[in-house]
Amino acid sequence: MIDFDHVSITYSGCARPVLSEVCLRIDEGELCLVIGRTGSGKSTLLGAINGLVPHFTGGTLAGRVVVDGRDTARLRPRELADVVGLVGQDPLASFVTDTVEEELAYTMEQLAVDRASMRTRLEETLDLLGIADLRRRALRDLSGGQQQRVALGAALTAHPRILVLDEPTSALDPASAEDVLAAITRLVHDLGVTVVLAEHRLERVLPYADRVVYLDGEGKVTAGDPARILAWAGVCPPVVELGRLAGWDPLPLSVRDARRQAAPLRDQLPRTPPASGRTPATGLDAGLALTARGIIVRYGSLVAVRAVSLTLRPGEITALMGRNGSGKSSLLWALQGTGTRAAGTVSVAGADPAALSPARARRLVGLVPQTPADLLYLDTVDEELAQADRDARAGTNPADSDSRAATSARGILDEIAPGIAAGTHPRDASAGQQLALVLAVQLAAAPAVILLDEPTRGLDYQAKAGLTAILGRLAAQGRSVVVATHDVEFAARSCDRVVVMAEGEIVADGQAASVLTASPTFAPQVAKVLAPLPYLTVTQVAAALGPVRAS
Amino acid sequence: MTAHVMTATAGPGAASSRGSRGSRGSRRLPRALHPVAWWVWAISLGTAATRTTNPLLLVLIFAVLGLVVAMRRTDAPWARGYRFYLVMALTVIAIRVIFRAVFESGVTPSDQILFSLPRLPTPSWYAGIQIGGPVSLQAILSACLDGARLACLLCCIGAANTLANPKRALRVLPGALHELGVAVTVALSVAPQLVESAQRVRRARRLRGATGRGPRALRSIAIPVLHDALDRSLLLAAGMDSRGYGRTGSATRASRRLTAALTMTGLAGLCAGAYWLFDPTVPQAVGIGGFAGGAVLCVAGLALGGRRVSRTRYRPDPWGWPEWAVVASGAASAVGLSLNIGYSPAALNPGLYPLQWPALPVVPVIAILISALAAVAAPPPPQALTVPAAGTGQ
Repeated sequence: MIDFDHVSITYSGCARPVLSEVCLRIDEGELCLVIGRTGSGKSTLLGAINGLVPHFTGGTLAGRVVVDGRDTARLRPRELADVVGLVGQDPLASFVTDTVEEELAYTMEQLAVDRASMRTRLEETLDLLGIADLRRRALRDLSGGQQQRVALGAALTAHPRILVLDEPTSALDPASAEDVLAAITRLVHDLGVTVVLAEHRLERVLPYADRVVYLDGEGKVTAGDPARILAWAGVCPPVVELGRLAGWDPLPLSVRDARRQAAPLRDQLPRTPPASGRTPATGLDAGLALTARGIIVRYGSLVAVRAVSLTLRPGEITALMGRNGSGKSSLLWALQGTGTRAAGTVSVAGADPAALSPARARRLVGLVPQTPADLLYLDTVDEELAQADRDARAGTNPADSDSRAATSARGILDEIAPGIAAGTHPRDASAGQQLALVLAVQLAAAPAVILLDEPTRGLDYQAKAGLTAILGRLAAQGRSVVVATHDVEFAARSCDRVVVMAEGEIVADGQAASVLTASPTFAPQVAKVLAPLPYLTVTQVAAALGPVRAS
Repeated sequence: MTAHVMTATAGPGAASSRGSRGSRGSRRLPRALHPVAWWVWAISLGTAATRTTNPLLLVLIFAVLGLVVAMRRTDAPWARGYRFYLVMALTVIAIRVIFRAVFESGVTPSDQILFSLPRLPTPSWYAGIQIGGPVSLQAILSACLDGARLACLLCCIGAANTLANPKRALRVLPGALHELGVAVTVALSVAPQLVESAQRVRRARRLRGATGRGPRALRSIAIPVLHDALDRSLLLAAGMDSRGYGRTGSATRASRRLTAALTMTGLAGLCAGAYWLFDPTVPQAVGIGGFAGGAVLCVAGLALGGRRVSRTRYRPDPWGWPEWAVVASGAASAVGLSLNIGYSPAALNPGLYPLQWPALPVVPVIAILISALAAVAAPPPPQALTVPAAGTGQ
């Protein structure tokens, strides 16, 4: 169905090719999962299937890509639209029309499908994806999961034989992501569509994959049976990591597989897990870092945050979880003082950040917004860091500058993410590097409380591990950290405390171990495999197994 | 996400469309009028406006535009912008008056001088233009009327944009104008998102402690917003391409060049014709010939270019009697003000010497009032696309 024959792709200005000498064959009806680190060329590989690479993106393609017998070098993407359907990360960015129905019909109109079949296909697709009740709604008013299902439907109505999906669930909360993935697997099984899927959070899709294509980041591509590739690949979900640690064969790819093999391990493990890897900060003042009482945020008649009270302790990392639109961002912005707040009080070191000037408020509470790049506007990393130092000093009295403020932004960046070249353009940096840069910029003001809004979006496993380490260090310095995230595994690894929000209210607040194991949606894979033992991460299991194996 | 729902349901057009449905046409199914019909109607009114500087007739045209827009617009995002056209229209008039006051043009002895601005000395090589000097009532009035005519034209375009969904209007664009179609669609989709990202970035700036104004502040907002807009535009264009927009099948290079040559020559002809509309000294033969020849060449070019593009329509906009009625009502004003039958041409452009209250010619008034019938000839617009926020959760 899809044939890559010695394909090399080089973008202009790059010394080495993104993909080099790729030979790959994807057969009809397969669900093929493309994995690899950020920047390893996943999107390039996917774009090459429908000809967007190189026709739209530029660059040089050597070798041949043949899709359903057609050579993509000679045909532009629009000529391949009847064979390949493409769904991207941000559905809203690629919608051409205004309403669900028009959007679903768009590709068919371009392909000159006759009117009668257009109407039947549209009805079928509405039912297949469970979006019939949305047909007349405006696309902009849908939730993220609904939008992504509409985007999927819009690609499907043209009856393509290949569906290419580039990280379709990266912006979605766990439940919406499940909806979208369920829709995708249904397509594979019911319609026999060939699906090529790139995804960061492998734990969700791995069980469904027929084949895995691994990009090593050097341009080399390896394809094969999922269990065999995952045995050594540089990226893997917790369940595979656990399997590797326990030496299970065949390697489990799903919680179900792992659980069937886990009985001996469960017997072997001590009933109480060792304390989580992070050593709690010592020598801290026992006071509270931030106290918020009765916070209300409303936009018109919509109440986003409903009388929330929250206290944050120094040296504690808190995960703020909940579905899209549950008020997480609004709460963070209100705590920082920049966002609107209809009622309630916030107190940090005796002051309310909302009552202070922005320059002084950020010295109490720092916030890294959902799109960190919004804060970057200079040409090089060094200029940004120098500006950050100037911003941090702005409005301070030189006499009362304390020792924490003396650390330069460059020093902080080198400490949290070493190796970002001074001359790099901030927009060229990877998502993880941009996040580290903005974090360094905000930390230069030495806030006692630091809030991060969805920092794990678009980060691969290594970048997430790096972020975990950074947050650990911040907490060890006595800062209080809050991370809004959808990523259960990340929360399990990095956080001490989990706060769950729904409809603007806090529905759960407690130790990570107790909140995360309480409900199946929020349970990390290791907890599901080892239940009823209260283990959350592979690190914990390894730590517990150490003494057992030694004896 | 939910914030959009809130704003969308509070659209100002909801009340008027509901009201009209209750009072009349209750048996007519609400549907969108064909976008081309609205455009023809608006352009016809615009043509009528260019024929006159009679303030009474111009006010009448403004009133007709306002009535039809109020009765037949939806509360969709594109239909909320009519007031911006009105603001722009007022700006046009103001600029026109200010320029006329500052740059003095020949004052005749019969002019009534209102006040005098200090005269700025201009160098000898710049003698053609005088800055400052006496400002006469006649000069201000004629600037006002000229400005009003232009403003009226602007509001006609605004009305068309408000009444017809611009994206649906784009669908009648011939396949040959593929690049234009992509560019306009991208602009239409990215513009509202640009506003959103500007608000987001402005808010985010304060997280860095920045409150200042000036070039640095502008840069810290403009750079992220423009990056965002460019990324989004590219994504959308890539999306349209991979969804088959502008599939050509097998257009050859020669046929593409012929298409371009035909349309360019045709457009030049149309421009010559348009010039005749505004400047009565151009011979009529040039004007009409330009229009006719230009139109033929353009149609030929578009037909040739579009021949290989095949598309179908899901729920095409029907063309029924309401479309004919709207087009005819619009045409009435254009024809009524162009034919010079039943009234003196001077009534359309009343003189300012001597200064007097302009006469109201009957035939043009009737012609313009016929255009207002579009408000009832057009079917009521379809119900809001958005469902109220309550009870929509998944």
